[in-house]
Amino acid sequence: MPQVIVDGQEIEIGAHERLNCIEAARRAGKEIPHYCWHPGLSVVASCRMCLIETGQRDAATGRIAMVPKLVPGCQTPVKDGTVIVTESALVKESRARVEEALLIDHPIDCPICDKAGECLLQDYHFEHGQPQRRADLQPFHSRRRDVGPTVTLFVDRCIMCTRCVRFTREVSGTGELMVTSRGAKEEIDSFPGFPLDNKLAGHVVDLCPVGALGDRDFLYQQRVWFLKHEANVCGGCATGCSIITEHNQDTVYRLKPRENPHVNKWWMCDEGRYGWHHLHDPARLLSAERRTAPDRSGAAWQTIDWPEVVDRLRSDLAAAGGLAVAVSPMLTVEEAWMLCAVARSIDPAAFLAVGHVPRQGSDETFPGGFTIRAEKCPNRHGVEAVLALFDPAVPGWDDLLAHVRGGRARSAWVTAGYPAPWPAPWIDADTAAAFAGLSCLVVQDLFPSALSDQATWRLPAVGFAERAGTWVNAGHRAQCFEQAIRPPAGVWPEGRLLWNMLGRRGLYDPVAVRRQIAGAAASLAALDGDVPATGIDLRILQLASNGTPSPA
Amino acid sequence: MAPIKPVLLEAVGVPDGHTLASYRARGGYAPLEQTLAGKQPGDVVEMVKASGLRGRGGAGFSTGLKWTFLPKDHPGPIYLCVNADESEPGTFNNRILMEDDPHQVIEGIILSSYATRASTAYIYLRYEYPQSWHRLQGAIDEAYAAGYLGKNIRGSGFSLDVFLHRGAAAYICGEETGLIESLEGKRAWPRIKPPFPAIEGLFRKPTVVNNIETMACVAQIARRGVEWFRSIGVPSDPNNPRDPGSYGPKLYCLSGHVERPGCYEAPLGITARQLIDHYGGGVWKGRKAKAVIPGGISMGLMTEGELDTPLDFAGPGKVGCLGLGTAAVVVIDETVSIVDFLHNSCRFFAHESCGQCTPCREGTSWSLRILERIRAGKGRLQDLDLLLEMGNTMGMMPGSTICGLADGAAWPMKNAIRKFRGEFEDYIRRTNPDGWMVTDPVPALAIVGAH
Ligand SMILES: Cc1cc2nc3c(=O)[nH]c(=O)nc-3n(C[C@H](O)[C@H](O)[C@H](O)COP(=O)(O)O)c2cc1C
Ligand code: SF4
Ligand code: SF4
Ligand code: FES
Repeated sequence: MPQVIVDGQEIEIGAHERLNCIEAARRAGKEIPHYCWHPGLSVVASCRMCLIETGQRDAATGRIAMVPKLVPGCQTPVKDGTVIVTESALVKESRARVEEALLIDHPIDCPICDKAGECLLQDYHFEHGQPQRRADLQPFHSRRRDVGPTVTLFVDRCIMCTRCVRFTREVSGTGELMVTSRGAKEEIDSFPGFPLDNKLAGHVVDLCPVGALGDRDFLYQQRVWFLKHEANVCGGCATGCSIITEHNQDTVYRLKPRENPHVNKWWMCDEGRYGWHHLHDPARLLSAERRTAPDRSGAAWQTIDWPEVVDRLRSDLAAAGGLAVAVSPMLTVEEAWMLCAVARSIDPAAFLAVGHVPRQGSDETFPGGFTIRAEKCPNRHGVEAVLALFDPAVPGWDDLLAHVRGGRARSAWVTAGYPAPWPAPWIDADTAAAFAGLSCLVVQDLFPSALSDQATWRLPAVGFAERAGTWVNAGHRAQCFEQAIRPPAGVWPEGRLLWNMLGRRGLYDPVAVRRQIAGAAASLAALDGDVPATGIDLRILQLASNGTPSPA
Repeated sequence: MAPIKPVLLEAVGVPDGHTLASYRARGGYAPLEQTLAGKQPGDVVEMVKASGLRGRGGAGFSTGLKWTFLPKDHPGPIYLCVNADESEPGTFNNRILMEDDPHQVIEGIILSSYATRASTAYIYLRYEYPQSWHRLQGAIDEAYAAGYLGKNIRGSGFSLDVFLHRGAAAYICGEETGLIESLEGKRAWPRIKPPFPAIEGLFRKPTVVNNIETMACVAQIARRGVEWFRSIGVPSDPNNPRDPGSYGPKLYCLSGHVERPGCYEAPLGITARQLIDHYGGGVWKGRKAKAVIPGGISMGLMTEGELDTPLDFAGPGKVGCLGLGTAAVVVIDETVSIVDFLHNSCRFFAHESCGQCTPCREGTSWSLRILERIRAGKGRLQDLDLLLEMGNTMGMMPGSTICGLADGAAWPMKNAIRKFRGEFEDYIRRTNPDGWMVTDPVPALAIVGAH
């Protein structure tokens, strides 16, 4: 195994690993400060914050020869015998000078800067900077201009790392951003008439190590040190990006991608990034309601307390019989499994189908390899895997509509939970009319719809950050996540209702349900035990358990 | 050192010397024809290696050695980029070659392309040289018409196209990888190395970058032979096995405060004093020199006492200068304030820094503003230490930047302050009698001072 010596400490790296000094030092617990380097972008080695001393140990003699100058850690690959020195006097002085240089023309307006608290310029200054400013220049201008509909540029805070420019060239492939002028007069800008407007644009704000780029959706909404972070999964499409939900007091303020080499690398799309506002939409369904007028013409609803819902829902559906259930691809694997179990306990012959799978456009892959899926739900694969345990045919939404239209159902339970606003409502009046003849219709959704207008029971659903459980994305990768925020007062997440309807005691425990599913189904056995933060590939275990390799 | 008969400048003063007919009458293109008829590309590489020719663009890298870095048997295209961006202050020898003897340059380009197996050559021309542009383009057209360029040159099976590209007036486009980026239609931000251009250059293909004068030297070596070339200049230092010597004639650009400024062809190794006195007619107006720039402003300063330094590739380094550079010798007479000189130098580099690397971008701009303040009568002695610190830490040599522009900006700072510190101190004491000694930290932000 190749050995790298970081500040005197030997660490082993993989025989075929290609690491730079920053990555290798990190393995030894040493952080080499850096601005311009980002693992998802090309190396430019221009900020010069990562300068270190390096050397090479001779394999035969053990003698170490040092390079007689500083080198950028980001640009320098390590190999067997590479010596890295991250703390020498020369290195420290060089860092202090780079910090000093970056602050020469910086407006130092931290008190009014949104990045304060998560700014590398601040952090590095405290750690590596000089206590006193030697530049007797009074840099006081702080200009702001929008570079696109979502992103604003605080021109004078920029440290010219060009991460934003490289992102638009290399990952989104749109190239809207550029560097104008030369030397210390340089600025980031967009070309007139070509604003930063692409489906991944929001990233440039994440990538900006300082407060130069601001997200207008987040700007001045919340000080970052108030934010709490929960590892989540985006529910916006079947890619299922790993994300971090940043929230405070049950309010989401922003979403950020979470690094996951198997799913989204470092990225997420803007639709997902800004796709949390529906959580706080006042139009949401907020209580469990039962229609008082039996003929459904009246709009009179009675709010029912949740403990009572648990019993009456079961008895209403049992009385009607002939149950058909739509298992929404917005539900988690655990919720889907409990829903099927509840349905079969009410009606052993219940017809179970995958709920409506919303689609929009076609899959879109960017030059950096990132894909936005046309399938706008996170868990079709998970729901299908669960349904297969109950009905190998795994009927879909159209089958369910045919089933209902054919008069083979007397009651239905439709879970939905689709975020609004879609370009169009997820269900139109014609489709909803198919359910008109049923003696009992339960609709569980985030927002009122043509279908909930038909319902006997109108139940609230919860949004992505309000759930806990497992989703399986388009690549058959299962990711488990915790609930980030509590749903609005008076709303039980689907999981809690189903847990209670199954007669389980105590708080809803998705992990217990997941273990139970894993034990019952060989295809989902991998979900037993701890699932890493980056998820697990279910396909591999499914292939193994079936014993038949598939061409996919 | 005995004067030599001009070879590179042979056509200067010859009526219509820039035409094909005149060049041929002087023996031009015959070496090319002989080479194409009887020699292999490898023979040309060996010839140039044996001549000891070192690049004339500034760094003085051995030309033949550079060519051998190209991958062997490369299946795809190889490019030759000829650097005619000539923007180093004080330098104008490329211009004279292009205007007065463009065919000499083109013959050198064809020979070099043959040697390196390049099938396309680009000449990257400084924008401000309209006459060079006309002359070069005219010569290229003539060479095509005469069958020296194009497909199957003189029936040899070797083909070459030459394109003349006019830059947009930025010093950094002369840095070889900045030049390549600019040719590709991008901002001329020098690339990080490795990979070096010989492996991955223009359009990500193996590329050689050579200066115009280097090309002219190749043509003359082919015409006059290796022995002739090695008979001129300074042999390698026997005590230094890594010194490749400084062979051949060199075009020195003499300017500033001399009686007869101009471009003079002299053997490498002539001293600055010989150059000024024998060719330049001495410092003008009977004055004395205060300082002399040995090879373009980036190379720093020699004092009057250092003028006997030989201007070969090793000489200026021995007196603390960066190197021979472009051999552009600028004389600064005793009436000039070194403070003004350094201010002017800093202004140039602050304007020309490409702005990629933090130490160069901010250092060149900060040093300029310090010099502006000193000249405004607000200097302090401690500023000199700050400037020195910047000079010592900025550049490729300390490892803090990508390209050599920063070293070039640092050298005049270092040399001026080290060699003329007394003058700086006197200036500061005289112009800032109340504040020269202050060492308090400067209040950074009066506006938010309440914090
Ligand atoms: C900032 C900077 C500017 C340069 N400008 C020029 C130039 O104008 N012309 C030139 O020939 N070389 C210039 N060079 C040197 C080139 O990078 C390169 O070394 C040279 O063109 C190689 O040619 P040669 O080997 O024939 O000397 C410059 C280098 C730097 C760092
Ligand atoms: S705006 Fe931010 S990301 Fe872009 S170059 Fe400036 S500091 Fe870097
Ligand atoms: S050293 Fe200066 S000119 Fe060269 S690449 Fe860096 S910033 Fe640009
Ligand atoms: S991180 Fe290495 S130079 Fe910027």
